[in-house]
Amino acid sequence: MDTPMANVRPGRADVLGATGTLGVALPFLALLVIGIAFPLFGGGYWGVIATRACVYWVLVSGLNLVVGFAGQIAIGWVALLTLGAYTTSVLVAGTVTPELSPYLALAIAALVGAIFGLIVGLPALRLRTFYFAITTLGFATIVTQVALAWQSVTGGGVGVAGPIFPKPFDSQWGFYYFCFGLAAICTWMTANIAASRFGRALTAIRDAEVAAEACGIAKPALLGAVFLFSGAVAAIAGGLFASLQSYITPDAFTLDLSVLFFIAILIGGRSSILGPLLGTILLTVLPEFAAPLVAWSTFLYAVLLLVIVLAMPGGIAELLDFKNRRPLESGRAIVPRPELLGRLLAAPADGGALMLEQVALAFGGVHAIDGLDLEIRSGQIHGLIGPNGSGKTTTLNVISGYYAQQSGTVRLNGASLPVLERHRRAHMRIARTFQTPRIVGSASVLQNVMIGGTIDGKCTFVESLLSLPRHRRDEVLLRDTAMLALAAVGLERLAPVRADRLQHSELRFTEIARALMLRPAFLLLDEPAAGLSAEEISRLAALVVAIARAGTGVLLVEHHADLIFDICHHVTVLNLGKNLAAGTPAEIRSHREVVNAYLGG
Amino acid sequence: MVASIVSTGLAIGCIYALIGITYNVMFSASRVFSFTAGTLGMLGGVLGSLFIARLGMPVEIGFLLALAGGVLLGIVTEIVAVRPVLKSLDQHLYVLSTLALALMVQQFTAIEWGTEARPFPRLFDIARGGFDQQFWLPMLACAAVIVGLELLYRHTLIGRAFLAIAEDTYAARALGLPERRLRMVSYALAGAIGALAGFAGGEMLLAFFGNGPMLTFYGFVPVALGGMGNNRGAVVAGLLLGLFQQTANFLVGGIFASVAVFTVFIIVLLARPEGLAGAALQRRV
Repeated sequence: MDTPMANVRPGRADVLGATGTLGVALPFLALLVIGIAFPLFGGGYWGVIATRACVYWVLVSGLNLVVGFAGQIAIGWVALLTLGAYTTSVLVAGTVTPELSPYLALAIAALVGAIFGLIVGLPALRLRTFYFAITTLGFATIVTQVALAWQSVTGGGVGVAGPIFPKPFDSQWGFYYFCFGLAAICTWMTANIAASRFGRALTAIRDAEVAAEACGIAKPALLGAVFLFSGAVAAIAGGLFASLQSYITPDAFTLDLSVLFFIAILIGGRSSILGPLLGTILLTVLPEFAAPLVAWSTFLYAVLLLVIVLAMPGGIAELLDFKNRRPLESGRAIVPRPELLGRLLAAPADGGALMLEQVALAFGGVHAIDGLDLEIRSGQIHGLIGPNGSGKTTTLNVISGYYAQQSGTVRLNGASLPVLERHRRAHMRIARTFQTPRIVGSASVLQNVMIGGTIDGKCTFVESLLSLPRHRRDEVLLRDTAMLALAAVGLERLAPVRADRLQHSELRFTEIARALMLRPAFLLLDEPAAGLSAEEISRLAALVVAIARAGTGVLLVEHHADLIFDICHHVTVLNLGKNLAAGTPAEIRSHREVVNAYLGG
Repeated sequence: MVASIVSTGLAIGCIYALIGITYNVMFSASRVFSFTAGTLGMLGGVLGSLFIARLGMPVEIGFLLALAGGVLLGIVTEIVAVRPVLKSLDQHLYVLSTLALALMVQQFTAIEWGTEARPFPRLFDIARGGFDQQFWLPMLACAAVIVGLELLYRHTLIGRAFLAIAEDTYAARALGLPERRLRMVSYALAGAIGALAGFAGGEMLLAFFGNGPMLTFYGFVPVALGGMGNNRGAVVAGLLLGLFQQTANFLVGGIFASVAVFTVFIIVLLARPEGLAGAALQRRV
């Protein structure tokens, strides 16, 4: 597999890629230089503001992965700041334990924050949006109440002194550089995650959860890791915040702060690092320019939030995304290159089969499928046709684990497939597409296709966080494979384009490319020709034939009878959930009942 | 002691239940939960105190004006924060837009009314003691709302139209029901109920801007546990919540009572995300 892929990647894309990387890094480098040089031109009070922006960003950078990438509406994150601030302060003050060094206290706070981040975040696995938002809000309310009432430890309403870091971080600028350094590290780490398979998987969970499951993305493990990280950095920010304030009371941790963090991310834009970073700086600095408005700042943030939600859901990141404003060439055609499939799909040697035996599933009184038998063999195309409501998509959903059949078995190479457990299907090399393409609209076409290869990455979350060699190898491999898959389906020229700018037919081919990333033993296509032009259908036909020739077994659910009869080896006709007929295309075409019921005389 | 726990618990429970019903009435009309539900309760208390205690209006006028304030916020919620984002319901933008509106109202109140809790006037000039008006007023309000909604839904044409929209918006629209206007009326109704909750519970909760997030959370617990859109479930769950909270308050003290409520809420939700009363699974593929 280590043959160079350069010849399938057109030179232009390479150039785009190179300028792209530099273009992405440039604003960060500029901010780094400004940040380092800041003490040269910033006065004393501005030093406090700059330090505060750094502290907030340490928290927001982690929260950004939760809110901006995973799309989980965590509005009570101030609770973790509170937790970190009190943990650090109390441990350093030594009221309950022996006095600890600030660094050790900060590390312990990070640990406590990680654990609580996980506890607060875990409900997100089972609860939907509003429920989760309310849960985090409830947690924030309670943490403040506990801080107020647990007087023996927190000092209650009187408060507790914040930690002071030892030399050289005890001076104003020393502490500033300490916070700035941590902020820079957080930026680097979250940018690494954003550019890794984990970051892409998070956006898939946010925008196309069903597709994420079909790609084998395990939501619990991924979100768990993100909540641990986010909780830890939030608590570290809390420790820094306590030191910056030099004295903390529960009053310092109002919900207003949570709102500020949250809005900074939304102003910045989803799945962006730079946007929320600029948003944080903006929201920290803005009130300083309008002193009379300080009392109204939260009110104005709320107005800003409303305006952004209603008028500019893409945030700053979308404003800065000049690349995707250039018009796409019109009249572009999808020209698949099926000859590349041989390199992409490693032909499975065994002639395996996916079999359905007497599968039945009823919704209430409606028998969606009723005792269905079906066999899909490696290297063959199996067509599934029938009128609307005859159970075609239901069959596909049972195979891919979205529905549980009430009786019967689905067998893969003889072994019965576990019921439901849809994200395990990808590990068994069963891939699928959807009737309505499920795509991450804000990500590039290339990133969308790379999501399909998520389970083939070897590195862990921590390795990606620190951009260790295995992470970089994974990324190179995934990128090359995805470019190859895109070339095979004929979309490589659109690789850097935002997916929501594509035409419907292009989205269908993107989904096929994403499915091919799994090197599927079996590929389930749900009406892939719907909405395609006649020319595109014939290209699709050639592509599907080539996929089967490379050794993949294909289940083709379709309404276009011509397509089915042209390319399928076997056809099953469904009516009211039952086999009406099965056989070769020639047999089906002359089957009296099929002609009567479906094809028409 | 037991009598005090029971009367306080039931009264607080009735307030939570009313906020829960506020959530439900909005949800039935639009499939959207709004963060302004608790804000309405807060506003009912603040407006009642403003009109009656500060401006010296008669109780009846103050009551009607407080409800009118709730109706107004209900309508504004529908126009500003709900209608524009209904088209893309799957993006859950309503969570953010209603949160923004709730924060705006809360901050406005904090600045114009002040951040400390102010007393709410006694509505009836009768001596304090035993089963006081601060306990029976919320219960009365809750009973009145339940009976009123029941009569509305079962016996009036507009009530049946509400039910039709809640059951199936598209079918209702196809039948020619004025879905948009009905949604607006639902939000106005929800606004009145939310304000009534804060007004009736004013003496217990005081006129305090910070009641908003508190009621938003505790008012959602009955909805989550009783089942979305299920008013009877909300009342039962609300009363249980109130009793549980007061009992825990007495046994382990204030803070740990809220920790206990929160823990129970999370555990129940994790065990049964669709609520104790249950609801159907949505089709996803």
